[in-house]
Amino acid sequence: MAHQSTYQPKPGLDKWLDDRLPVMRMAHDTMLDFPTPRNLNYFWTFGGILTFCLMVQIITGIVLAMHYTPHVDMAFASVERIMRDVNWGWLLRYTHAVGASMFFVAVYIHMFRGMYYGSYKAPREVLWFLGVIILLLMMATAFMGYVLVWGQMSFWAATVITNLFSAVPFVGEPIVTWLWGGFAVDNPTLNRFFALHYLLPFALLGVVGLHIWALHVPGNNNPIGVDVKSKKDTLPFHPYYTLKDGFAIAVFALLFAMLVFYAPNYLNHADNYIEANPLQTPPHIVPEWYFLPFYAILRAVPDKFLGVVAMFGSILILFLLPWFDTSRVKSGTYRPLFKWFFVIFVFVCLGLGYLGAKPAEGGYLTMGRIFTTYYFLHFLVILPIIGLIETPKKLPNSISEAVLDDPPDSGGAQPSGAAASPEKRL
Amino acid sequence: MATETDDSTRRDFLMIAAGSFAAVGAAAGLWPLIDQMNPDASTLSLGTTEVDLSPIEEGQAITVVWRGKPVFIRHRTAEEIEAAKAVEMDQLPDPLARNANVSTDALATDVNRTQTGQEKWLVLIGICTHLGCIPKGQRIGDSKGEFDGWFCPCHGSHYDTAGRIRKGPAPRNLDVPTFSFVSDDVLRIG
Ligand code: HEM
Ligand code: FES
Repeated sequence: MAHQSTYQPKPGLDKWLDDRLPVMRMAHDTMLDFPTPRNLNYFWTFGGILTFCLMVQIITGIVLAMHYTPHVDMAFASVERIMRDVNWGWLLRYTHAVGASMFFVAVYIHMFRGMYYGSYKAPREVLWFLGVIILLLMMATAFMGYVLVWGQMSFWAATVITNLFSAVPFVGEPIVTWLWGGFAVDNPTLNRFFALHYLLPFALLGVVGLHIWALHVPGNNNPIGVDVKSKKDTLPFHPYYTLKDGFAIAVFALLFAMLVFYAPNYLNHADNYIEANPLQTPPHIVPEWYFLPFYAILRAVPDKFLGVVAMFGSILILFLLPWFDTSRVKSGTYRPLFKWFFVIFVFVCLGLGYLGAKPAEGGYLTMGRIFTTYYFLHFLVILPIIGLIETPKKLPNSISEAVLDDPPDSGGAQPSGAAASPEKRL
Repeated sequence: MATETDDSTRRDFLMIAAGSFAAVGAAAGLWPLIDQMNPDASTLSLGTTEVDLSPIEEGQAITVVWRGKPVFIRHRTAEEIEAAKAVEMDQLPDPLARNANVSTDALATDVNRTQTGQEKWLVLIGICTHLGCIPKGQRIGDSKGEFDGWFCPCHGSHYDTAGRIRKGPAPRNLDVPTFSFVSDDVLRIG
């Protein structure tokens, strides 16, 4: 770890274990006494929220797997049995299904946070890389989990997504047959998707471990993007951030519970309560909401192969983000021009999500094409150029200067009326 | 006596030889792990399907299953055949016949999409060549698209009365599977 260990094992068992396997020391240094910038805002709680989500998915998933049957003749019925007969089965399944959506809400906020505050910049490129790998693993896992239900949307999502690989020149068709283990999505496909849906979350857990390791080497970025310079800039992780994260997780869990108990199918699709029928495609097939922006990009391109390239490219381009952004200033707060382009970029991503749910025709298609073009321009042209032409605002010298020495009547962080008589608030 | 350089090249050679040997062994061990995901023997053996054509009236279509895939069989009307024959090759996004029963470079004329003497029967694998949805147009009341053949609702591909792609993102004509006529009324697919 980057900082000096402060762990003091108690004599006896603690000391004995510490000399043999210093796990308690590691836990202490990474989770209790880790020096953390004192100015982190609530956007920094999403890391903890994501860890919570992963645990929820793994725990509910393992329990669901005890009741689920991965066979084309029985899968759909076994999910219905979970819903109707298994004790608390409805709660476990709804938590798992809604949990996948909450997971993606959190990961997208977490990523936009990183983009705004420049958390992908040196020395955090590897940390950002591991994050993109986590996103890819999450997508693969969620896609295969959705197939397990074996409803109409499951089946046709599986068909359309696996067929994306048929666009690969020359070897496309053999790849698709290999993925299916047959000549269509069928029992072998369901079986292997179950095996992989069980496996990937644990692979994910491993990558999350690396992600946190890569975080603890340079330490956290922070809202002003100025590196930690002295001890005055930091606070120990516990109790300051364990409590802040804990509070955020509680609020997040509240929203989560509202969906589970009051609108469990709000983000689901009614057609997925019809058992898969390989001979009939539903009239409107749409992916899960968290794939919609990418689906809009796929459909914006009129050529099959190039459409698939654009779709995968829109995710893979994130790997190169640290090199497209030419500005040395991390935080968007001090980048007057970037700030506005960031807002447009978020709008374009949300817009693509909206368009992905609409039929690909007429005005929707035109908008889809404009937004797709903009999405790529943001990385390939806009970011490199604004980094070169923009004059950033003056950065504070240190975190402690920015948050502790804010002169009360400068109109800085607080309205002057409130700051004029702070004692009244006590 | 061997000099130091001699020694190190000999050592390099041994290292590379041993490394390559291990790599070949690892690749050989990996192949079964990859190939097990391909279709197994029982899936491959689902050879042929025979279909009785006598109940299909002119203008009707049925869907049968072959190798887990839907196969469209349409008894075409004279007008539908005429319409398909009238199309010029340069109007087709995909000019190839895509018919397992004729050569791979045959053009997508109506004749090459069907069997001589049995032009009224159009036999197609009913899977959109875009991303694999089942196009509409088999049932009465289905939308048949702008070219009166089939319409894929997933991303809007239009096929004509010879199952050729005319408009939309699908890159190829609908495939014609291997088939033959056992008698005038019995079709064997596969
Ligand atoms: C990254 C973590 C995970 C994500 C994002 C995820 C996502 C999903 C999704 C979206 C579904 C479909 C839910 C529905 O519509 O009913 C699903 C189903 C399922 N998942 Fe997961 N999952 C994860 C982890 C796991 C784990 C670790 C297991 C097992 C050990 C598991 C077992 C299952 C089972 C058995 C089903 C089918 C039953 C059902 O429909 O609820 N999942 N998963
Ligand atoms: S699958 Fe038919 S148009 Fe896309």
